Amino acid sequence: MSEREVQFKVFRYKQGQSTPRYETFTVKVDENTTVLVALQDIRRDQDPTLILRHSCHHASCGTCGMRINGQEQLACVVKVVELGTPEVVVEPLQNLPVLSDLVVDMSGFYERYTTPDMAYVRQSEFLAGAKAPEGIKAYERYENCLECGCCVSACPIAGSDDGYLGPAALAAAWRVVEEPRTGDPKYALAWADQPKGCWRCHVAFECSEVCPSQVYPGEAIMSLRKELTRRKFRRFFGRGG
Amino acid sequence: MEKLHVLIIGGGGTGGALAHDLILRGFRVTLVERGEVTSGTTGRHHGLVHSGGRYAVKDRESAIECIEENEVLRRIMPGSFEENDGLFVAITDEDVEYSHSFIEGCADCGIPTRRLTREQALRLEPNLNPKMRMAVQIPDATMDAMRMALRFFASAKHGGADIRPFTEVIGIRKEGNAVTGVQVTDHVHGKGYEIGADLVVNAAGPWSGKIADMVGVEVPIRPSPGVMLALRGRLCNMVVNRLAPSGDGDIIVPQRGLSVVGTTSWVVDDPDDLGLPEDHVEKMYTEGAKMIPMVRQAPFRAAWAAARPLIGPRKADADTGRELSRTFKCFDHVDEGVEGFVTITGGKATTARGMAEATADVICQKVGLEAPCRTAEEVLLPYTAYYN
Repeated sequence: MSEREVQFKVFRYKQGQSTPRYETFTVKVDENTTVLVALQDIRRDQDPTLILRHSCHHASCGTCGMRINGQEQLACVVKVVELGTPEVVVEPLQNLPVLSDLVVDMSGFYERYTTPDMAYVRQSEFLAGAKAPEGIKAYERYENCLECGCCVSACPIAGSDDGYLGPAALAAAWRVVEEPRTGDPKYALAWADQPKGCWRCHVAFECSEVCPSQVYPGEAIMSLRKELTRRKFRRFFGRGG
Repeated sequence: MEKLHVLIIGGGGTGGALAHDLILRGFRVTLVERGEVTSGTTGRHHGLVHSGGRYAVKDRESAIECIEENEVLRRIMPGSFEENDGLFVAITDEDVEYSHSFIEGCADCGIPTRRLTREQALRLEPNLNPKMRMAVQIPDATMDAMRMALRFFASAKHGGADIRPFTEVIGIRKEGNAVTGVQVTDHVHGKGYEIGADLVVNAAGPWSGKIADMVGVEVPIRPSPGVMLALRGRLCNMVVNRLAPSGDGDIIVPQRGLSVVGTTSWVVDDPDDLGLPEDHVEKMYTEGAKMIPMVRQAPFRAAWAAARPLIGPRKADADTGRELSRTFKCFDHVDEGVEGFVTITGGKATTARGMAEATADVICQKVGLEAPCRTAEEVLLPYTAYYN
């Protein structure tokens, strides 16, 4: 396995200490070294004060979302060598408050994300006896969203309007509509149907572009609009909604 | 009366469960973790809720702990598991032979089993190796490693525990032979400070040896990493295990939209320096494919290593760690003449709550407090409550 040296230009910030800056580290990597492992190596060998969020190391928990060379990605599944750049720029997600270094505060994200009351399917659909409840055609594994925040970071509207509900939360709302389980679809729809909700989206589809888990929030937002429009027409023509 | 203050070092599943337990028993709790919570071993395992089957033949103490906790977790964490059960699959004549001691061992440990013919098993899991011979169904389940542990943290936090991630212990405060607190660095603000406590608990998992060194006591801990491989797509819906004595690549866990193949076992001195041996990753493919041939074709998603905190002599000759028990142990270091310092180590994610109960029992006994454990009944808050 061949080793090579790569420069990491890392965003640094400590609350109340100084203004944000970039710091460059030289790291030895091989073909398998991920950005996450390289950052952990920096922490171990060069600077123990560098902090970042990480947990599962296999794109399941969503904690290591960050911007790598300007693109929102999960650091645990990005191999340094495959980036193909002599320097790798690592920055925290945008549109979420930076706590320190690469760590963002996710509390605002979760406040919105949990509002539609989306349920996760944990029963296994192929098990004998695991019959879908009435009104549900089949169990959809709506556990794809990792809650990494990449879509919120990439969204140009979330960047200019912090009142915008944002792609992750709106995708969660659409799931409640598409597959009602514990959540009330009417409530989720009403919540999405506000000026800062699904109508605020400018259809840039950056969210779907960066999603590491094929959730496609942009498409979910379009589906919300279609469903809301359909219901409004039905009401207009007196067929209830 | 002022509440006694317990400081927990380590924000893994054990620390989180202990914080929750101690809050319910009326303590004041502060927990420090050098990184994000669950960033050590806790977040990185397969996501298996053990039935105990894996240990039923050779390590019965762990097997019994697993099945007991398995039942408790289903009660206190509704919605956190995929209740998909597991299969132990026999591929060879030897495996079929082993099924007898396996089923017997499970029965002795109170683990329910169901013997399945080849056809029954293939109906449940069509992707299994068609050459398989028979299988045993057991109550394994799949969890989300990080989100399960977060429910302990969420409940502890809402109960009043002070959870401080990105806060690294750099020294121990001692007065005479008693531990009275810790020195920490707050990596969010880049500042150092001290936290005083009536009692300090070392729950640092594979790092607990390093913390014990700071105090000057011995903790027999062997950081024992294993390699795991995540493939895209669900190759199975149940947890698929090899019906054979514990070995490399003997399990495939469906995890969300992924299939996780695990694992290997070796020992290291430094849990911060695990590496990722390439031959171990290759072994996940070869061994995993014996159970589900599609392992060879499924697209790669990730390969990584995580360190188990096994109990064993710290600097013994190199071995693989396979022979060490998966049980846990709570050490009150008063036996070594140090007051106010307790270590909890060993164990598994499945048994984190039980580990916390045993530790809180030791703490209550130490301080002369009579407070029964309530964590086996108390339903935990959803993981999202940790963030708000």
